[in-house]
Amino acid sequence: MTATRTSNAAALEVDGVGISFGGIRALDGVSFRAHPGEVFSIIGPNGAGKTTLFNIVSGLYRPTSGRVRIAGQEATGLAPARLARRGLSRTFQNLQIFFRMTAVENVMVGRHMAEKTGFFADLLALPSVGRQNRATRAAALALLDRVGLADLADQPAGALPYGALKRLEIARALATEPKVLLLDEPAAGCNAVETEEIDQLIHAVAEGGVAVVLVEHDMKLVMKISSRILVLVQGKPLVVGTPAEVRADPRVIEAYLGSHGETEAARADR
Amino acid sequence: MTDAAATSPPSRRTWSPRLVSLVFVTVVVAVLPLVFPSNYYLRVASLVWTSGLAVVGLNLLMGLAGQVSLGHAAFLGIGAYAVAIGPTHLGVPPIPSALAGIALSALVAWIVGKPIFRLKGYYLAVATLGFGLLLALVLTSESAWTGGPDGMPVERVELFGWRVTGALTWYWITGVALIIGVALALNLEASPTGRALRALHDSEVAASVVGVDAARLKLTAFVVAAVYAATSGALLALMNGFVTPDTASFMHSVEFVTMVVIGGMGSVVGALVGAAILVALPQALTVLQEYETAVLGLLIMVFMIFLRQGIVPGLIGLFRGMRR
Repeated sequence: MTATRTSNAAALEVDGVGISFGGIRALDGVSFRAHPGEVFSIIGPNGAGKTTLFNIVSGLYRPTSGRVRIAGQEATGLAPARLARRGLSRTFQNLQIFFRMTAVENVMVGRHMAEKTGFFADLLALPSVGRQNRATRAAALALLDRVGLADLADQPAGALPYGALKRLEIARALATEPKVLLLDEPAAGCNAVETEEIDQLIHAVAEGGVAVVLVEHDMKLVMKISSRILVLVQGKPLVVGTPAEVRADPRVIEAYLGSHGETEAARADR
Repeated sequence: MTDAAATSPPSRRTWSPRLVSLVFVTVVVAVLPLVFPSNYYLRVASLVWTSGLAVVGLNLLMGLAGQVSLGHAAFLGIGAYAVAIGPTHLGVPPIPSALAGIALSALVAWIVGKPIFRLKGYYLAVATLGFGLLLALVLTSESAWTGGPDGMPVERVELFGWRVTGALTWYWITGVALIIGVALALNLEASPTGRALRALHDSEVAASVVGVDAARLKLTAFVVAAVYAATSGALLALMNGFVTPDTASFMHSVEFVTMVVIGGMGSVVGALVGAAILVALPQALTVLQEYETAVLGLLIMVFMIFLRQGIVPGLIGLFRGMRR
């Protein structure tokens, strides 16, 4: 794990985060650090609060307690667009695609922060806008190529298959040049070949110095690519450790074999 | 248009839809006076162009950004009353008055929009509705300035001693204004700003996690739409030579929204088609006398059901605020 660290400063630091919805404590006292170059996974039975945690970290929910820091800077409760400027982007478990745009346009939107033209230049279609559009498109095409969707660039996103859309979201998030990338079930609904491709992609992204935080149900994938794993059960952290430590931990096995986790355990056995 | 395309070398890129739209609108504006048998048609077409200008602007807000304004006629009213009040009460010539009205409209849109766009969903619709009703009320009741419910006359524009008048003159003025408005709208659509606006419409949350400042961008679209509407209002008032509070009425706002939706949201040409149908059709239907409104309503329903099935589960339900 230490080998994969490229710096001592955590890219993402989550410290004692908790949230209540109408008196129900959905998440309580969750802490972890994700470092540049590592794949940090969050697993747990359904309803453990994994997506809720993502929603807090990415600024969609404001935590009732605890702090979030990005590269050592306070970032608790910042709006998603502000967090994106700090270098945090994410994908969604339930797809959030710009369905009426083409695949390449989806990724082009991801280059929004890198685009330099102002409103009046845009309105008057100054030459700089044409140059910017071409630069944005070139960058987006390169990213589509990276996720294996280059052939589908000009297809309407609404016409793409599910697995392709999952990768399209990753390409769009990568377009922001994130330092922290949250992936919410990137392999859900993907076949073995696609899962393998996503595995390689995540690996390559982390190699590039990004802190990848992963929520995933595919245990084989998680065990294979994670540097460390946080196990959440009913909104509370159970264990943080390497894949080997987590796999061997009796509490994890119990949590998964308990009434909540049979399907997950079945998946883990696959 | 096909000639020009055919003569260009094959290695050149094919015409972008943007250019096709602009050429189409320009050709239509340029050719119609040749086929119109009377000034009456020119008058109706000029009304279509002025309404079309407002609808093209509103379409940027509704069709691109997915936000609905139910008080858009208020901005039309600001532009229209600026050219009425400026010369009459303040001694400001019509054209500076028009520019002041457009600037005021932008400012008002910014002030009204600033707090609203922090909120989501129906708030914008309700807030713009309230703003529209308020402005119409002010125009009706401040009769010392506005002439009250009867409205007030608008001084004719004079340029270097030339009185700008006549159906054909106004046809060209409104037509050129429309073409400029369409060109700017198409520019915006194809730009980074337009891309971000379209993204907002499909998924605000996804746009925000890649750094799109949704509130700021929606406010921009709202101000732009207000500028289009005020320009349209100023042209309408100068062309007609009078203004009434109806210009800024709630019903007029609803008409604009209907024009956008009927024509097809997000399409600049669609916005014009919507304006043409709602402006020109009532003229054609006057032969039906008392059934006019009923038939118009029926036709709108038919359009919505058979031509726009995917877009019309309900007016506000179309817009971004509803989902998520």
